[in-house]
Amino acid sequence: MSIGTSPPRLDAGDKATGRAQFVDDLQRPGMLHVALVTSPHAHARILKYDVQGALSIKGVKAVLTGADLKGPRYGGIVKDESMVAYGKVRYVGEIVAAVTATDPQTAARAAAAIEVDYEPLPAVLSIVEALAAGAPVLHEEFASYVKTVKGGGGGNVLFESSVEEGDVERAFRECDVVVEGTYETPAQHHMYMEPNGCLAEVEGGRITVYATTQSVHQAQQRIAEEIDEPMARVRVISPKVGGGFGGKHASNILSIAAWLARATRRPVKLVLSRTQDFEVQRSRHPARIWMKTGARKDGTILARDARIDIDGGAYCDESPPVLAFAILMSRGPYRIPNARARGQALYTNKLRAGSFRGFGNPQASYAGESQIDELAAKLGMDPVALRLKNAMRPGDTAFGGQPVPSCVQQQALERVRDAQLAAPALAPRPGRRRGVGFSAMSHVSGLMGTAANVQLRTDGSVALSTGCVDIGQGSDTILVQICADALGLPIEKVSTSPQDSDHSPYNWKTAGSRSTYMTGRAVAVATIEMRDRMFDHAAEMLECAAADLEIRPGGSIGIKGLPKAVGFKEIAMRSLFQAGGPITASHGFVFDGPRFDPKRASIHQLAFANLGIYTFGAHCVEVDVDEGTGQVEVRRAWCAHDAGRAINPVSCEGQIQGGFVQGIGYALTEAMKWNAEGWLTTVTLADYKIPGVLDTPPEIHSIILEDPDPTHPVGAKGIGEPSLVGAAPAIANAIANATGARACILPMTPERVLEAIEARA
Amino acid sequence: MLLNVNGEERDLAATPAATLLEALRAGGLTGSKRGCNHGVCGACTVLLDGKLARSCLALAVDVGERPVVTVEGVSESGLSEVQKALVETGAIQCGFCTPGFVMALTELFLRRAAPARDEIRAALSGNLCRCSGYVKIVEAAEKLAGGKR
Repeated sequence: MSIGTSPPRLDAGDKATGRAQFVDDLQRPGMLHVALVTSPHAHARILKYDVQGALSIKGVKAVLTGADLKGPRYGGIVKDESMVAYGKVRYVGEIVAAVTATDPQTAARAAAAIEVDYEPLPAVLSIVEALAAGAPVLHEEFASYVKTVKGGGGGNVLFESSVEEGDVERAFRECDVVVEGTYETPAQHHMYMEPNGCLAEVEGGRITVYATTQSVHQAQQRIAEEIDEPMARVRVISPKVGGGFGGKHASNILSIAAWLARATRRPVKLVLSRTQDFEVQRSRHPARIWMKTGARKDGTILARDARIDIDGGAYCDESPPVLAFAILMSRGPYRIPNARARGQALYTNKLRAGSFRGFGNPQASYAGESQIDELAAKLGMDPVALRLKNAMRPGDTAFGGQPVPSCVQQQALERVRDAQLAAPALAPRPGRRRGVGFSAMSHVSGLMGTAANVQLRTDGSVALSTGCVDIGQGSDTILVQICADALGLPIEKVSTSPQDSDHSPYNWKTAGSRSTYMTGRAVAVATIEMRDRMFDHAAEMLECAAADLEIRPGGSIGIKGLPKAVGFKEIAMRSLFQAGGPITASHGFVFDGPRFDPKRASIHQLAFANLGIYTFGAHCVEVDVDEGTGQVEVRRAWCAHDAGRAINPVSCEGQIQGGFVQGIGYALTEAMKWNAEGWLTTVTLADYKIPGVLDTPPEIHSIILEDPDPTHPVGAKGIGEPSLVGAAPAIANAIANATGARACILPMTPERVLEAIEARA
Repeated sequence: MLLNVNGEERDLAATPAATLLEALRAGGLTGSKRGCNHGVCGACTVLLDGKLARSCLALAVDVGERPVVTVEGVSESGLSEVQKALVETGAIQCGFCTPGFVMALTELFLRRAAPARDEIRAALSGNLCRCSGYVKIVEAAEKLAGGKR
């Protein structure tokens, strides 16, 4: 059986040899190339375009500007955006025009020849500036935009949300110890190794787009809407995708390439340079979080209050759900009977912020878990003991009232604590202070709709089809393992194919730690349905009751207790040529778990009705802090996460280790920075520092906990995001443990750590 | 432009401004990736005259007669032992950085039969990976080195 084993990824060989095809590896005869014109202003009205100079250059085939747009603006939640700027530009780097030509050099020359007249407007570049009285407004027509959520609308406020349980004010009066602080987090860039790109081509009146995307269905919807074609005439296919982390859902460049391909009737390739990708895609939301937590002398936490403001950048994108999720995660994985969190998402004249591994939780958990350690220090309690005392347990409810039947918070904390205690101590190093830090975290796994199709082939093998794009996290292999396991087949007998909006059953997207949980559920149920249909055939063929049948390893169905059996191949042939017809099954569903409880919590605008199942984890890290320079080095880490049931344990470990290291970057080095004119200054990998191997500890121990989820046929839960969430707070707590100082601003650069150490005295 | 790539003379249609990476990719050798084009990420790494080189920083016209080995060159007779180790250890996730890591490790194992962990980490320090946290990449190299001791 393949569940719980770790066969190599199905595509690992192709990736190792360089044969795997990513979008930039695709070529077409007569293919055109694109150059982009971007805004030099953080905020300006577009007065006019002059594209004649560009069009007169030999080899130039088409130009797209805002003057070509009439139709509705795009946006999954607030329709405030269009593929190229329309009417105004709202950040430096925003795409204003695109030109396509026979080669990249000609396209670049033509882009330089496009003239755009602007009327510069005053800009807002931070949460504080966006909220200031009389601040310039980015979207004057906000009230008239089509929206799927309510909330926001005054000035630059695009969304407001709050959740409250118990009586926070009264509870704080009963606390013996209260801590309060403000925490700031930066814009982090996804920095998938493969920049966003696409290839669009026109055939038979239909436009096919090969895209770096986390959802062919969402990409198809966006393109169709923006270029005003019925979805029947837009097809999206995902080649191999070189990482996503939330940054490759449905980029505006897909619509631009599709528009240009339609205009020229030629294949058009548009692959962003690394600098363009930094400038025009999206980031994690910068956040400013004020938080207050109070407890009794014995360590019972009675109350928490939080105010979370997030910087959404120039366009809404996924700001409302990110804010709402940050609010929901702000109570942490604790039983706190009185909790309140409020927040706003603001428009500013910077790159849009959107979904990114953790989705608001890294910000909230950095504040919350820092504060738990501050509280422990003030109480004179061990930080792990304080966490264990207040940790959620099975049967508790999450903030907002959703019941949580499966919860391993205490075990996760105990496991990382015990593993660290059992490990031989690393030798101390002169000039460095050693610290140990912990964090606890919850997250969700679920959301929205998905489906799977299975079909028995004539040779007894199985064709599995889902809309779940494998962006490198390994879902293709996991889903094949789930399918093969239910049929007793080796994984080689189950095929899966690249996602194609023409053939793949709907999937919302690869996001929200949902693929193994959601699409995995769909695959398991569809496979079991197909197995039952195979049983019906086998029962007739073997002249017995279906209830007496069993799957035999290797592709046959037999009578329990008897050697008699029929092969999948015979069943398939019978179905095709004698009775019943082709054996297929499909299963689709939308997340059907429990909803928030309005009787328990006062909820204002959450942007979703239910989220997914809750998962829990804990981290322990050891750091060395150089007291002379403030440099922080993570020496060892233990990360425990609940996978429900690990389908492929090696892939689970890879997710945990990779997320943790992305979290090291968030904690210590990564920040997109803008200058006073709104120009992004961190536009290369030399300016924007992600961890290299020497920035990571040689030992990152993944501890996989398995508390099976009762709603999943094989018990699995998603594990994609939580490992990033716990990294920064555990590192912050380890720094505080080493030095007695806390920076409260991410990233915790040497300068900030030194400042905090100096301020300590 | 004639270049000696993977042991054979190849006529690559490259302009004088083309980088080695552009020339290789235009010639159909798309295993070397353009991750940053600034010489930082290492996804375009090739062997130039037996030494590691960022193909995005080398002009194709400067290569001359020096032999170039790309990821395709080390894969000609199936998976190399470095590639096998990466595949079997679960060190490959999105795979975009993988060709660069394959080349860095190939060069390391040409130089050192059984490198220690610190040598492996140093040898990989010029390649960025955003998925794996590097743990399993190092583990794969350690396993391979362990088998040679």
